[in-house]
Amino acid sequence: MGKRDRLSGNEAIAIALRQINPDVFPAFPITPSTEIPQYFASFVANGQVDTEFIPVESEHSSMSAAIGASAAGARSLTATSSCGLAYMWEELYIAASNRLPLALALVNRALSGPININCDHSDSMGARDAGWIQIYAENNQEAYDNMVQAFRISEHKDVRLPIMICQDGFITSHAVENMELLEDEQVKEFVGEYEPENYLLNPDCPMAVGPYSITDYYMEAKRNQAEGMKHVEEVVLKVAREFAEISGREYGLFEAYCMEDAEYAVVMLGSAAGTTKDAIDALRAQGEKAGLLKLRLYRPFPAEAIAEALSGVKAVAVMDRAEGYTNHGGPLGADVMSALYRARSKALAVNYIYGLGGRDVRVEDMEGVFAVLKQIARDGDAGETYRYLGIRE
Amino acid sequence: MGYNFKETMSKPERLAPGHRMCAGCGGTIAVRNVLRGLRKGDKAVIGNATGCLEVSTFTYPYTAWEDSYIHNAFENAGATLSGVEGAYKALKRKGKLDETYKFITFGGDGGTYDIGFQSLSGAMERNTDMVYVCYDNGAYMNTGIQRSSATPMYADTTTTPVGSESNGKPQNRKDLAAIIAAHDIPYVAQTTFIQNFKDLHVKSEKAIYTPGAAFLNIMAPCPRGWRYHTPDIMEICKLGVETCYWPLFEVVEGKWILNYEPKKKLPIEDFLKPQGRFKHLFKKGNEYLIEEFQKEVDRRWEELKFRCSRG
Amino acid sequence: MATDITKLGVKATWRDLTEGMVIAGAGTSKDFNTGEWSTDKPVFIEEKCKQCLLCTPVCPDSCIPVKDGKRGEFDYEHCKGCGICVKACPFNAITMEGVE
Repeated sequence: MGKRDRLSGNEAIAIALRQINPDVFPAFPITPSTEIPQYFASFVANGQVDTEFIPVESEHSSMSAAIGASAAGARSLTATSSCGLAYMWEELYIAASNRLPLALALVNRALSGPININCDHSDSMGARDAGWIQIYAENNQEAYDNMVQAFRISEHKDVRLPIMICQDGFITSHAVENMELLEDEQVKEFVGEYEPENYLLNPDCPMAVGPYSITDYYMEAKRNQAEGMKHVEEVVLKVAREFAEISGREYGLFEAYCMEDAEYAVVMLGSAAGTTKDAIDALRAQGEKAGLLKLRLYRPFPAEAIAEALSGVKAVAVMDRAEGYTNHGGPLGADVMSALYRARSKALAVNYIYGLGGRDVRVEDMEGVFAVLKQIARDGDAGETYRYLGIRE
Repeated sequence: MGYNFKETMSKPERLAPGHRMCAGCGGTIAVRNVLRGLRKGDKAVIGNATGCLEVSTFTYPYTAWEDSYIHNAFENAGATLSGVEGAYKALKRKGKLDETYKFITFGGDGGTYDIGFQSLSGAMERNTDMVYVCYDNGAYMNTGIQRSSATPMYADTTTTPVGSESNGKPQNRKDLAAIIAAHDIPYVAQTTFIQNFKDLHVKSEKAIYTPGAAFLNIMAPCPRGWRYHTPDIMEICKLGVETCYWPLFEVVEGKWILNYEPKKKLPIEDFLKPQGRFKHLFKKGNEYLIEEFQKEVDRRWEELKFRCSRG
Repeated sequence: MATDITKLGVKATWRDLTEGMVIAGAGTSKDFNTGEWSTDKPVFIEEKCKQCLLCTPVCPDSCIPVKDGKRGEFDYEHCKGCGICVKACPFNAITMEGVE
């Protein structure tokens, strides 16, 4: 059914959005996400979508307008990167607490300073506690597929939370890959219509949104919001099953690569997983039991499933493409290690900071990480758990 | 657009009582009377920047609004309503909505002149079909009377306190209506509570029913921040106009129109005197401060008359 | 469907709160009594009233209801006693009284 094409990640996302035909798309350009609204603006200019495209004056306003549109009863989204996401920070929390199922196509890029336009995950990691669903992609195909599934997850009545579809800046956003697109009609049918329960433009019943909440309500409001997150894992899996039916491509909460008998495992997000798979293939050819857990869903964090997937390993390296400045590692490291602790895991774990500001990660680098894991398992001691990969000492 | 006072007063109330604004607040007087500009049968979505008005009129679970209402944050009322208006256009285009909706957003001078200025400027420049209403009380009242760029010179505020080395705010207020007029939008007007609200009503109706972006700047006194006798609000507003401190004008499609010229322009003291925030100006030896204030009022008034004379 | 706010008192559990803290419906603030804030209350002297309605627009609390072109009694459930209407009345048909 699908058709093959050669596309950059940004173009693939833009095509997914054309197929979704959202109601409102406010946007402000920032490298490397700029092409998404650019491609989309050309779809608007040529009458290929019915969308109201609003070229706003900042990222704060693009998220603000997306919130207004979503509350009004429209399917809305925006796209951004790096400082653009940081500038939206306040609004991310508001979108989530209002339970607005809007989407954000995020092209991951390092945060300033110093200013740098290349990939790392410091932008989305800064937003990890904002109450958004976060889904990451390894390659262009996954970015496209995740975007097609996004609104089905966010708008689900048991969820109703905003969703961030992340891909790695330049590495996938600009690199062109062979991929398979769904037919327009397939996407339209899969995504369906947005039918909110309460919305501002409901002529039958007005609505007030964004109250002042005194202490008597605030904590209950937050607990109520957390309930939406509790349903996300289940809904992500359900939507993935339906997506597999139309695409033939399978997705889960994460991808376990060579994990069945793995003794040494790497846990990571994003495009460097492809490099890691190459390292694993080489090591497996030498008889090494290396494996990879590539997370797809990062928020909410599927801790139990991850601990279960890692239950057989002797040593694990958690790879963070963002600093946490905790003096003991990054955010993914903290999440994975706490998952292991809660599962009473005996695995030895280290946490690497890697790939900041677009620093290249090579197959040899990842082979080196596996060599370290093997040594750790042999020694029965993880040593320093907070490490940097590929840094000039 | 005529003004039938009795008919206007008989319109259904669109701001319900039970909100928690202070007794005698000018902000809700502005809101009630702007909303009377909506025609019967027309629906509206009201936006609101964070501020006194927001925390007091939608304190969970009590909304004082009879129309749909959205508060997002402090600095983005313009952008938020842009999104709502965008949704309206999209839903209309897709045949999902038949009703007519109007879009009105309220912000204090903090949310409008200062932190929300960029978002407002963007929404105006894009000619969003909405009315942005600033209820200007000349300071950040919600956080406790801090100066804003709308605060008049020499006002005593909690961040420009009068002291041995200070006469209050050292700078003049920003002329926001002129700045918004420079965005070349279809309708800009300045008004306050005067003439049985005729000026405010007519301007509200025009602003609401002019296609494209419209901006209303309404002087809305705050009894706590200005420190005048609460029941005197109407007198204060009248003095603001009669001294030419707060002229009534509109800019229609780029054409400046002076709506009222006092027969006898009153000295600025008359406006300053009843307000505690200007008490220090009336101390012996501070006469020159009032003279300077008067000079600035005169300069702006002449500038406005010149603009209006050119049409 | 409009939210039933009677279920949203300060003892409501997290499950009872509305999703996204939205309130479907309008004007629910009428259920909140601000009349008890006042230390003074206006008194409407109907005989003196000429029904000019000048008091109506000056009220910050929408507490002077108008029906068929005529004003009615003050809404004491919500009137905060600011006294603006007293000054607005040209016919001395409103006076202020202290609240016990």
